Amino acid sequence: MIFQAGGGHTGGSLSSLDILVALYFHAMRYDPKDPQWSLRDRFVLSKGHSVEGFYCVLAEAGYFPPPELDGYGTFNTRLYGHPTMKAPGVEIPTGALGHGLSVGVGMAIAGKLDGAAYRVYVLMGDGEQAEGSIWEGAMAASHHALGNLVGIIDNNNLQISGKVDAVMRVASLKDRWSAFGWKVVEVDGNDMVALVSLFDRLPKDSSRPHLVIAHTVKGKGVSFMENKPDWHHRAPTADELDLAERELDKALKDRD
Amino acid sequence: MSDAGGKSCRHAFTEILLEAALSDSSIIAVTSDAKGSVTLGDYERAVPAQFVEMGIAEQNTVGVSAGLARSGKRPFACGPASFYSARAIEQVKNDVAYANTNVKIVGVSGGVSYGALGSTHHSLHDIAFMRAIPNISIIVPCDVAQTRAVTRFLTKHVGPVYVRIGRGPVPEVYPDDLTAFTFGKAYELCGGGDCTLIASGEAVYPALQAVGELAAAGIRARLLDMPTLKPLDEDSVVTAARETGAVVTIEEHSVYGGLGSAVAEVLAQKHAVPMRIIGFPDEFVPAGSSAELFSYYGITGPGIAATVRKLLDRQRFRRG
Ligand SMILES: Cc1ncc(C[n+]2csc(CCOP(=O)(O)OP(=O)(O)O)c2C)c(N)n1
Ligand SMILES: [Mg+2]
Repeated sequence: MIFQAGGGHTGGSLSSLDILVALYFHAMRYDPKDPQWSLRDRFVLSKGHSVEGFYCVLAEAGYFPPPELDGYGTFNTRLYGHPTMKAPGVEIPTGALGHGLSVGVGMAIAGKLDGAAYRVYVLMGDGEQAEGSIWEGAMAASHHALGNLVGIIDNNNLQISGKVDAVMRVASLKDRWSAFGWKVVEVDGNDMVALVSLFDRLPKDSSRPHLVIAHTVKGKGVSFMENKPDWHHRAPTADELDLAERELDKALKDRD
Repeated sequence: MSDAGGKSCRHAFTEILLEAALSDSSIIAVTSDAKGSVTLGDYERAVPAQFVEMGIAEQNTVGVSAGLARSGKRPFACGPASFYSARAIEQVKNDVAYANTNVKIVGVSGGVSYGALGSTHHSLHDIAFMRAIPNISIIVPCDVAQTRAVTRFLTKHVGPVYVRIGRGPVPEVYPDDLTAFTFGKAYELCGGGDCTLIASGEAVYPALQAVGELAAAGIRARLLDMPTLKPLDEDSVVTAARETGAVVTIEEHSVYGGLGSAVAEVLAQKHAVPMRIIGFPDEFVPAGSSAELFSYYGITGPGIAATVRKLLDRQRFRRG
């Protein structure tokens, strides 16, 4: 997709892909034939730039046919370079960072008002934590006792300009979110078994919102992309694509 | 005037900013995880003490800039135009314009530069937002030479200014930066008496091409480049309307609230003539590159020429 389009957010898509897979193919209840089903679990990609991985997951989940992915970024496609309301399965357009949590808070308040048992998941970036609006949402979520809200941080330690702690320090995420009244858990965000069991264990009857700090590797799975700020927004060359595919195929074989 | 653009306006801006910063330690670039997209890398390496990183926090960046300005600094708050003109707009209104702080807000990758990344990243309403706020000037340069001249102006000027520049390389309109910019003045790029085109920013080049197309059809169009959108050069607008009898504006912005609106407000009250506003209609745009979107909405030489001819045909028909 990114190769064909000549651009895309490679690094952040790869770091968060395992989280999306664990959510869409294990934790979440939804019906791709009825995207507006009122009891569906909600997912908001607050770090909207990681859209390429998100589209792949939505297609695989049945929201639209996978061949449509080939049109990503082309003229008049439904698959823009950030999620929009045109793409089936998207709850809210994102791309401007720092919006997703507030929207998730609204969805979670509505769920409580309606006595509906759905859960709301919001995936944020660690660089994104610098946006003040996130902390407004965080405060509101604990004030309104939104136990049906799960925030997840893709904690890959990188943003565009380099290491998150060098650009705008967020340490300690755990202490900050705890101080805002959230129950914080940490997990290896690229370990599928750990993710799946964590989402299974999150209590549904909590009176506090949950925050999952997912420790991830930006560019996960492709040796020359891992932990490299350059790959935040970059398309692979034909050779790089080939190499990446071979590495991923090999990883798949080794696993089986 | 050439088609092939080597450099981008972003590079021109940061080059001149660095030149000025080396001799004026009060110049501070403030940014929000956007040093790459603004092209501030060399600047940061050369004058690290005059570079302030705020992380992904545009509202904070503008507020901090106002504080710096109140304390004798000359801050340039730099980052994507979309986030500075929308998300941080209250800081712009209160902490910059209302407070009259000497903050320059430089929005890069403006208009539809971000192409298929979509409307979250486009700034097609920034001029409208900014124009509605008192006490902040608005400048939209059209090429590298003009950006250099504008940046030189900014490093000396005192008071709130919003500048919007694009992302990619742009074709040359001005051969050198000595004559490319005077604050508050329109530039007559082509003389002509049959109608007037008024354009700003990256719409100037297609407007120039339209002038060529029209000339081939025997229509002599005047072309005004309008880099300063506020304060607007009202005299040039009224003179052009009086002398040519028809005005078409062209801009990389919503047809609401931008250059077209500014010109229409003047003409409706001072010298009404038939007019057309070419820009982006009142809708969120389809996915596409910036070139695809310009062409989809007719912001091209042939597209602009066609709109002009229709307007003139209608006038001729009316006059009988
Ligand atoms: C409000 C806003 N400001 C700036 C940007 C530009 N931007 C896109 S991605 C990004 C870095 C995000 O870093 P992080 O949140 O750590 O995401 P990840 O590392 O997971 O890709 C920035 C600054 C944006 N999309 N929205
Ligand atoms: Mg990150």
